[in-house]
Amino acid sequence: MATIAAPPAAVPQERQPTDWASRDMQARIAARYRAERNFRRMGAGALLVAAGFLAFLLFTIVRDGWTGFLRTEARVEVMFDAATLGVDPATVRGPDGQAVLARADYIALMNQAAEQLGPASDTLSDAAWLALRDRLMADPTLLGRTEVLWVPVRSGIDLLAKGKYDLDAPVESRGISDREVSDWRWLEGEGRLRTVFNQAFIGNADSTEPELAGIGGAALGSLFTLLVTILIAFPLGVLSAAWLEEFAPRGRLAEIIELSINNLAAVPSIIFGLLGLAFFLNYAGLPRSSPLVGGITLALMIMPVIVIASRVAIQAVPPSIRDAALGIGASPIQVVFQHVVPLALPGIMTGTIIGIARALGETAPLLLIGMRAFVTDTPQGIAAPATVLPMQVFLWSDDVQRGFVEKTSAAIIVLLIILIAMNSVAIYLRNRFERRW
Amino acid sequence: MNTTPAIGHNNVPKMTARDVHVYYGQTHAIKGVSIDVSSEHVTAFIGPSGCGKSTFLRCLNRMNDTVDSARVEGRIELDGQDIYAPAMDVVQLRARVGMVFQKPNPFPKSIYENVAYGPRIHGLARSKADMDAVVESALRRAGLWDEVKDRLETSGTAMSGGQQQRLCIARAIAVDPEVILMDEPCSALDPIATARIEELIDELRGRYAIVIVTHNMQQAARVSQKTAFFHLGTLVEYDDTPAIFTNPQQTRTKDYITGRYG
Repeated sequence: MATIAAPPAAVPQERQPTDWASRDMQARIAARYRAERNFRRMGAGALLVAAGFLAFLLFTIVRDGWTGFLRTEARVEVMFDAATLGVDPATVRGPDGQAVLARADYIALMNQAAEQLGPASDTLSDAAWLALRDRLMADPTLLGRTEVLWVPVRSGIDLLAKGKYDLDAPVESRGISDREVSDWRWLEGEGRLRTVFNQAFIGNADSTEPELAGIGGAALGSLFTLLVTILIAFPLGVLSAAWLEEFAPRGRLAEIIELSINNLAAVPSIIFGLLGLAFFLNYAGLPRSSPLVGGITLALMIMPVIVIASRVAIQAVPPSIRDAALGIGASPIQVVFQHVVPLALPGIMTGTIIGIARALGETAPLLLIGMRAFVTDTPQGIAAPATVLPMQVFLWSDDVQRGFVEKTSAAIIVLLIILIAMNSVAIYLRNRFERRW
Repeated sequence: MNTTPAIGHNNVPKMTARDVHVYYGQTHAIKGVSIDVSSEHVTAFIGPSGCGKSTFLRCLNRMNDTVDSARVEGRIELDGQDIYAPAMDVVQLRARVGMVFQKPNPFPKSIYENVAYGPRIHGLARSKADMDAVVESALRRAGLWDEVKDRLETSGTAMSGGQQQRLCIARAIAVDPEVILMDEPCSALDPIATARIEELIDELRGRYAIVIVTHNMQQAARVSQKTAFFHLGTLVEYDDTPAIFTNPQQTRTKDYITGRYG
């Protein structure tokens, strides 16, 4: 106790009281605030750059793509002349009337009707006659009468009407001939053009003519492909995850399986395409270019994602629920399928939807199994040749015709809308069914 | 087959354990416990943390089977039947030997579904009316009916902790077990809810063989007729509850109940 009585000078190693107001201390505090301010600025800046890229991407796509949903049509008066069509009015009224009408010569009739466009008679789409056929087959009484119809125009006129060309530029660099420009001016002057919603874009499949090409075929192809993917990947993924979490013996084998699954999730997607080509097409002989093979290939690709997400969701179910169920005599299978999996389902669904969204946007593996095909019909089933949305984007972006530029961006818009919708559902499910214990 | 007389044997036992050893990997958690559990009484297992009382309790309905590293040796019988025999169906065993856990763990389903789940998986009710009757009687016996009869469809997890624990007891009762094991059923509850559970245990006495693990010596004294004192994986003393608390035969028991350690 003697040290207490000793004077301060006797203990030189005693710490000086901290001077919180000293100059050094003030500088340290200022430096700390500065570091924090800089960090916040850098964070906000990084976010701004990212948001800027995203906004630029969306802006250019929407700017180029929104006109893809519109198309220009020209007004023509069509005289449904039986002689030009090469049909006998009597047989049209007979029992085989529709069959007779289906075989009629609409191209001749279209060429005849186009003459009223005078100098611009060459501006109608090559498939404009389809509009005549559809109209007459819907109403056979039109035979012999005159009807005003709106038919699609060629892509060049369509783009001129949408203002896609810089007409002040010299003719050799503006990408469109004087002839077409004058045709278009004439049609405009006559009041024969209108712009309407492009139903063909939503309903049709691919075509060599931009004004006729649509994403309907690719969308249906994507739907079929994803259906196959879900039907295979979801049950396989969930069962694998449930077995790994609840039944697999712990040990070396489980570790190897776990490692393999994690590695599989990181395998480049084109490898799965090679597997699909080698096994499903060449060995198993499944139909090339079909949603069936595409779906199986994509299922293999996203299954690890579903397994990983499902395992995390199953791990998050508290052990007390398992104890409770086991404690009243539920069998292990009942515990898993009546308690654990239902409780983990929101997490499993989220993982699955994210996996499916990835599959929806995938092109590389599908290139190798032939889904790069030019398919002009909407697919009739999972074994018929088809293409998918991102592949359609790729095919159109590769096309030299100017009219496909807006189609490419419009298809991207459709793809993005579907992806955003799917992710929104995933977020909704997660928030709606999330449980806390 | 076993010549060692069981301690505390005073009528036909519901469950008997003979020389039970439990190992978790290299750890020897239970070292040769022999005990008889009567269906007449509430039996309390007391002892300091880590003494093996919960481990031993979980051997009585083979809940330790879920722990990969656990190994049980010795013989445990329910009505003279070896519960670790290959012929014993563990699902049926757990229906006959129900369990209530430390933390209330109702299923995140409706109150009705919580109680009806057990009877349903064991096929104990033939019709909806049957099931309604089973659920009502279980909730009545758990003293919960009057509180929940108007909201059977609300979630079991939305109730208070004490109600949840009584719901868990109702869920265990609903499959009509012969033995109910309770693993510190009140440790997560406040004193009022605890008192309510203790009353309930008293009401259930005689109908079911009840074994309760507790940290709380006062609780053991209040609810049980037989008390077993565990220490370091061995059963130190097993006797009528008043005898354990007023006249313990072993020094270790005496030291524990007088608060020397634990």
